[in-house]
Amino acid sequence: MPEFYQYLFSGLTNGAIYAIIALGFSMLFAATDLINFAQGEFVMIGALILVTLWPVMGLPLPLAFVLAVLATGILGIVFERLAIRTVKKPDPIVLVIITVGAGIFLRGVAMIIWGKTAKGAPPFSKMPPLEIGGAYLLAQSVWILCIVLVTVLAMHFFYSRTLTGKAMSACAINKRAASLLGIATQKMTLLAFAVSAALGGMAGVIIAPITMNEYEMGAILGLKGFCAAMLGGLGNSWGAVVGGFALGIAEAMAVGYVSSSMKDAVAFLLLLLILYVRPTGILGGKAIARF
Amino acid sequence: MRAFNKYATNRQQGLAPGNMKPILRNILVYGIFIGAVAAYGLLEKSTYYLQLATFVGLNTLLAVGLNMLMGYAGQISLGHAAFYGLGAYVSGMLTVHLGWSPWITLPCALFAAGAVAYIVGLPTLRLTGYYLAMGTLGFGMIVNILFREFRKFTGGPSGLPGLPELTIGSINLSHGANALFLVWGCVIVAFFICERIVNSRMGRALRAIHYSERAAAAVGVNTASAKLAIFVFAAVLAALAGFLYAHMITFISPSTFNFLASVKLVAMVVIGGMASIWGSLLGASLLTLLPDFLHIFAEYEMIVYGLILMLVMIFFPEGLFRNLVKLYERAKNR
Repeated sequence: MPEFYQYLFSGLTNGAIYAIIALGFSMLFAATDLINFAQGEFVMIGALILVTLWPVMGLPLPLAFVLAVLATGILGIVFERLAIRTVKKPDPIVLVIITVGAGIFLRGVAMIIWGKTAKGAPPFSKMPPLEIGGAYLLAQSVWILCIVLVTVLAMHFFYSRTLTGKAMSACAINKRAASLLGIATQKMTLLAFAVSAALGGMAGVIIAPITMNEYEMGAILGLKGFCAAMLGGLGNSWGAVVGGFALGIAEAMAVGYVSSSMKDAVAFLLLLLILYVRPTGILGGKAIARF
Repeated sequence: MRAFNKYATNRQQGLAPGNMKPILRNILVYGIFIGAVAAYGLLEKSTYYLQLATFVGLNTLLAVGLNMLMGYAGQISLGHAAFYGLGAYVSGMLTVHLGWSPWITLPCALFAAGAVAYIVGLPTLRLTGYYLAMGTLGFGMIVNILFREFRKFTGGPSGLPGLPELTIGSINLSHGANALFLVWGCVIVAFFICERIVNSRMGRALRAIHYSERAAAAVGVNTASAKLAIFVFAAVLAALAGFLYAHMITFISPSTFNFLASVKLVAMVVIGGMASIWGSLLGASLLTLLPDFLHIFAEYEMIVYGLILMLVMIFFPEGLFRNLVKLYERAKNR
């Protein structure tokens, strides 16, 4: 049993990361019908900014945390203004290629700024791991789970209680109707980009202590987050969270009980399975066929 | 979807002088094309530039197949490099482990890729839009992971060395100008076949599917089998490219066939121009020669590559080939 708990903990930790990346994909898709293939690069940039500000430059952790998340959010805004709004003919396939190009561009920039060597960061707090049922839960995992939980609740509050959040939901349901009601849809798109990028940045910040941070780390995280978003139902925020945890736990169990070499295959096998059986995802409603 | 209709209906236009009969025009275009390839192969002496031109040919082969699927039938694939890899690995494993001749493994590789495409295509091509993109992406990732993890057969992440070269008698087809002629010969045949398909009943059916799958089905097109057929065709073309690549380089590793490779293929199609056979040639040439040219930027290579992808898509979303044709026509009408 202890090893089961051990796998479960590692699954929950990874799942929380996938969930928050998936949330970024999903909310952007809901608001703009766009899949951002550069999402993983925002994760990478969040992580590297934190590593620079906190262990290297010695800023206090909370300040470095906020600055890293803000910086990725601003990067998201710049990205929307320069590369997305300027597109003459916004076909989905064109936009997908642009985000792929942006991802390569950001990776290149990160390589120039931070170099090719991987950097580590210490855990947020120097507590010993918790022992539960014979298995160990790292303090950083507790931090990750708590921060993700708070973020998800904050997002829920934002969507259900604030006027801006409701306006954004309206845009997701029907953009033209929302604009007829006086909602500034372009501003909402911009905001969606900012929040989605900031969510990616936050994912990077919280995993910085438990991974090797380098300019290529974003690609696979982005794809996994994407799988999680599809698993839960693209465009559905709760679905993204459910999909993220489901993917994380399934992966950890496969690594533990089957073979560690199949870790990456699990995400994509699950993805194919759900596409064939229930293409709208676990919690998804309507089918999406936009191009 | 509707926006693509415009591409779908105008056929190969431009390139050749306007009022000529289509057959004469085709003979002229292919004549110029074959002449250019032959002249390059005979005159260019540097092995480096010969190999670069051969790579342009391989990528053109891949891009034109994918363009049939994406540009004409409107079915996106983010996992096309998997079939490229299947062609290379099936032939590579049979030649290295069993000692078969590449000429026997060629049909095996093509058949394997076609069969996999058929089996995977059955459930996958029922999907549309982002779901289809994700399904093909997942398939491509899984194939790549299999290449990496079945170490016993595939050599794992470090790759499979020691593939035999292609020879007929004493003529080596894997080096220099011979390789160039072999690959570009395949490209020319593929172009010819693709053009025949585009202008046939099948091609019209595919364009109808692109415009509206329901409307196509309503007028009697068997949409499922037409999509599957073109998917298998694109896969077999990719496998042929994989086979040629594997026996030219004589070493294969999973990273050549990863997700980024699939994305680059999509970029070739889109930058060259969707639903344009000659656009595939342009897109493949640009994206193959660009990184080579970018080496002078050294460290800044990725930045420039990313920027070019973004800028072309922002300012020329219909692809470069169509814009060149437009420029030509504007100049002519002046």
